[in-house]
Amino acid sequence: MNWISEVVRPRIKTLFKRETPENLWIKCPDSGQMVFHKDVEANGYVIPGSEHHMRVTAPERLRLTFDEGKWVDVALPEAAVDPLKFRDEKRYVDRLKDARTKTGAQDAFKVGFGRVKGLPMTVAAQDFHFMGGSLGMAAGEAFIKGAETALDKKTPYVVFAASGGARMQEGILSLMQLPRTTVAVRRLRAAGLPYFVVLTNPTTGGVTASYAMLGDVHIAEPGALIGFAGPRVIEQTIREKLPDGFQRSEYLKDHGMVDMVVHRRDIPETLARLGRLLTKQPAAKGEAPAPAPVVRPVAEAI
Amino acid sequence: MRSYLDFEKPVAELEAKSDELRALEARGDGISLSEEIGKLDAKASQALKDIYAALTPWQKTLVARHPQRPHFKNYCAGLIEEFTPLAGDRAFGEDEAIVGGFGRFRGEPVCVIGQEKGDSTETRIRHNFGMPKPEGYRKAVRLVEMADRFGLPVLSFVDTAGAYPGIDAEERGQAEAIARSTDTWLGLRTPSVALVIGEGGSGGAIAIAAASRVLMLEHAIYSVISPEGAASILWRDTARAQDAATGMKITAQDLLKFGIIDRIVQEPTGGAHRDGEAAIARAGDAIAACLKDMAGLSAEEIAAQREEKFLAIGRNL
Repeated sequence: MNWISEVVRPRIKTLFKRETPENLWIKCPDSGQMVFHKDVEANGYVIPGSEHHMRVTAPERLRLTFDEGKWVDVALPEAAVDPLKFRDEKRYVDRLKDARTKTGAQDAFKVGFGRVKGLPMTVAAQDFHFMGGSLGMAAGEAFIKGAETALDKKTPYVVFAASGGARMQEGILSLMQLPRTTVAVRRLRAAGLPYFVVLTNPTTGGVTASYAMLGDVHIAEPGALIGFAGPRVIEQTIREKLPDGFQRSEYLKDHGMVDMVVHRRDIPETLARLGRLLTKQPAAKGEAPAPAPVVRPVAEAI
Repeated sequence: MRSYLDFEKPVAELEAKSDELRALEARGDGISLSEEIGKLDAKASQALKDIYAALTPWQKTLVARHPQRPHFKNYCAGLIEEFTPLAGDRAFGEDEAIVGGFGRFRGEPVCVIGQEKGDSTETRIRHNFGMPKPEGYRKAVRLVEMADRFGLPVLSFVDTAGAYPGIDAEERGQAEAIARSTDTWLGLRTPSVALVIGEGGSGGAIAIAAASRVLMLEHAIYSVISPEGAASILWRDTARAQDAATGMKITAQDLLKFGIIDRIVQEPTGGAHRDGEAAIARAGDAIAACLKDMAGLSAEEIAAQREEKFLAIGRNL
């Protein structure tokens, strides 16, 4: 996944002690062009021109989704820490501590409640920057808490999935998050509340084998890697190169697994429109009806 | 011909000696060796008992994968009368990595679903080494929905290294098929019992194991990823599979402690592969006890209890 590596820092940064912001320039993994970080940030971390969708943090995702970037944080329950006392080359508790220091978050999910294009919604965002967005006990509890919030507030529930899969350091307890999160989805369904999944780059493994593939509607960001088995595992199994575009959003749409591939800037409007339709609410006022989202393949857009 | 695992070597030696003496005695030179043979047999069985009482997680992994360990088809033959397999997902095809149908367990009609690895080159290929594809899970969903409609309990037998990782499986939505299967199992309004008989490999296993009661054979394993897979990702070295097996806590004993499974089914001394019939009979008793437990519950109670059971997992660790 080298082409995804996001940020190229200026190498000579340390030579000059001037107050220059970090990550001033970003190299587009698709086109190779250099673009201003500020321009990319202003564009919702989509690179202008190539339309390459970069990964975003969970707080950034909520900011991009809720009206005026405002929401109410949903307090997330604590989960048992490292009951397996797991260590690989490093102790799991140390890995957790590092991830928490690096991201300032407790785990891979952030959940907010607010308005999306005027419609109240509960939104859970998974953060790939926190241990690859891996699904462990804390993330499972967070997802469930988000669903409970949606049930409580009677809003649609939106999850932005971004994850390499189950958190192996939690062993079987991470696998148990598959049925646990599925129970939460079933309860939304029973209550008649819409559940929307936005698949972002990447969403693989146990996350796709549970809540990320059980949405009423599946929306994918362009070019995202989405699949059950990782490309490396498949290549090792079948011992041949994988076809171009395999397990990308557009491929999943072609194969009937996602409903639409939508540009990041159009996602809030799409969610709100679907939410209003499915909960029989009047169309949003004051805005011209938005056209159906059209996303050109990334290659064409360059 | 009995095959031995590496750590069973002391037993192999004792049993070989005892067999030799038996052969000698059979030649009929009039010498009675029965005392010697008896001693050797006792020693061998004690050695076997000692070894199996202290198996490491990695050794259990090898036992769980033992080629002579009873497979789903053996459980099915031993426990289910009138077994009538059904085929196909009604959308794409038939996947024999998952075998399922209806039959009678101790006289009562049930739905039976299991992963079958096969036991010869031909059958292994036919069953895709027990690694299901989306159509296998979708067939399972179809059967569970039928069981729900006709009010029959569902028994499942888990034995897979994992769902098949291939282009065709991805193309047809492996992830969605697994998610939907777990989903359907969770919504079932009749009692369900899942028994891990060998390997419980990740999402490929949970898809047919989100049951009212989850049981494991004494030396079965159940994990989020195979020890080799974890070793390759976490240590970047598959040779560390033993460490991964230990660290991930994959044994029935650990899983019972963490509240993941409801009970352990004891295996005969030396593992289920030494005495398949006894293992299968004990499994049958355990399943029957679970079903008896749930007798008299309403459809709503059964579904609600199952959901609560899974939600509770990990909350009091």
